[in-house]
Amino acid sequence: MPAQIRKIIVQVDETHREMGQTIAPPTRRAVAIAVIANPYAGRYAAQLDELIAIGEELGGLLGQRCVQALGITPAQAQSYGKAAIVGEAGELEHAAAILHPKLGAPLRAAVEKGAALVPSAKKMGGLGTAIDVPLGHKDAAFVRSHFDAVEARVHDAPRADEILVAVAVTDSGRPLPRIGGLQASEAKGEDGLR
Amino acid sequence: MNLIDIRRICTSVEDIFHEGGPRAAHPLRRGSIAAVLSNPYAGRYEPNILPMMEALNPVGLDMAKRLLAAMDVPVSAIQGYGKGAIIGAAGEQEHGALWHVPGGYAMRELLGWKGDAEAYKRGDAGASGQSGNGLAIVPSTKKVGGPGTTLDVPMTHINAAYVRSHFDAIEVRVAGAPRPDEMIVILAMSTGARVHARVGGLAADAIAKWDGLR
Repeated sequence: MPAQIRKIIVQVDETHREMGQTIAPPTRRAVAIAVIANPYAGRYAAQLDELIAIGEELGGLLGQRCVQALGITPAQAQSYGKAAIVGEAGELEHAAAILHPKLGAPLRAAVEKGAALVPSAKKMGGLGTAIDVPLGHKDAAFVRSHFDAVEARVHDAPRADEILVAVAVTDSGRPLPRIGGLQASEAKGEDGLR
Repeated sequence: MNLIDIRRICTSVEDIFHEGGPRAAHPLRRGSIAAVLSNPYAGRYEPNILPMMEALNPVGLDMAKRLLAAMDVPVSAIQGYGKGAIIGAAGEQEHGALWHVPGGYAMRELLGWKGDAEAYKRGDAGASGQSGNGLAIVPSTKKVGGPGTTLDVPMTHINAAYVRSHFDAIEVRVAGAPRPDEMIVILAMSTGARVHARVGGLAADAIAKWDGLR
C-alpha cells in the first residue's frame, strides 16, 4: 500500500551574505517533507514492511522534489540527509523502518551516485516539533566543508498517528567554510568516505 | 548608501491533500517567501524611514516573481494572498510597517491589478475605479522577535476580503533569523480555499461587487 500522504512541503534556503561577506553564487539547501499516516499507529507490529516500502517510495519522491526545487541536474547535488519524526502513537523503530532499509537507493538515484552514507536523525514528537536534518557530502563523508544541518518543521504535524519524513539536498557546502580538512575537490568519492 | 542588503531568501511550498477528510481532487498549494535583510535603522530612532519603503519596491516584485515560480502555477491560479514582517530585536515595529506598501503592491501588480499605484501609496486606491485581479487588501501581520520566531501570516481571497472559504494563515519561520539588526519580509500566496472549507458565507464564485470586499 502506497504512502497515505496528507501534505508535502518543499523549502529552499539560500544564503546570499554571511558575516558581511557576499556568497556568490548563494549556498542553497532544499528540504522536502511528507506528512504521512502511520499504518502501525497504536499497536505493536513485529514486522514493519509497510513502512519499509513507504521509505523506498519517499526516498525517490522527496529526493526528486529537492532537486526540482533547486533547479539543478541530479549530478549537481552535493550533500544530503534524511530524518523522521514519529507521532506519539508510534514508536521510534517506525522511523528506523522508513529511513534505513530502502530509502537510500532511490534517493541516490535522484541525486546521481551518492557513494556516502546518508546521515540521519529521528525522534518522537508532537505538532510543530522541529528536527535538524544532518547533511553530509553525498560521495565522501569526510568532506569537512559540507558537514551541516537544516531544520525541518511543520506546524500541524506530526499528529499522533502520523510520521513526518524529511529529505534534504544541497548544491553547496556551508557559506564560508574555512576549517580545513578534506576538500570536495580532493575527494575521490569511491569508498563513500574520502 | 545601499539600503537593501539581503542575507538569505527562503521559499516554502506545500501541497495539502487532505486534513482528515476526503482527499482533494486538486491539492491546495500554498507558498511563502521570506527575505532576510539588514535593517538600516536598527539600534536608533530614525524619524524618516520612508527611503527604505521606496527601496523595498523592487525587492517585493522580485520576491513575488520568485514565489510564483517556486509554486509552479500560472498567475491565474493564485486565489489567496498575505504578507508579513518580523523585525529583529534592535529594530521597532514601525520598521515592519515599511513592508505594507511595497509588499502589497508587488503581489497585486503581479496578479494583474489595474489600479493607480500613486493613489495606493497615498492610501486611497479604493476610489480609483480599479479593475482586474488583486482587488482586495493584502492582509498582514508583523512583530518584533528573535531568531527562529514564527509569524502566522494571514491570508484572504485576492479579490474579495469577505470570501469565507479563503480565510487562512500560513506559518513562516526562518531558523537563525532575524538577528537583532535584521528584518524578514514575507509574501504568501495560495491556489484555493481551505482544503475542507465548509462554514458557509460568501463564496468565491459569488463575488458580485468587485470592490475588494464582496
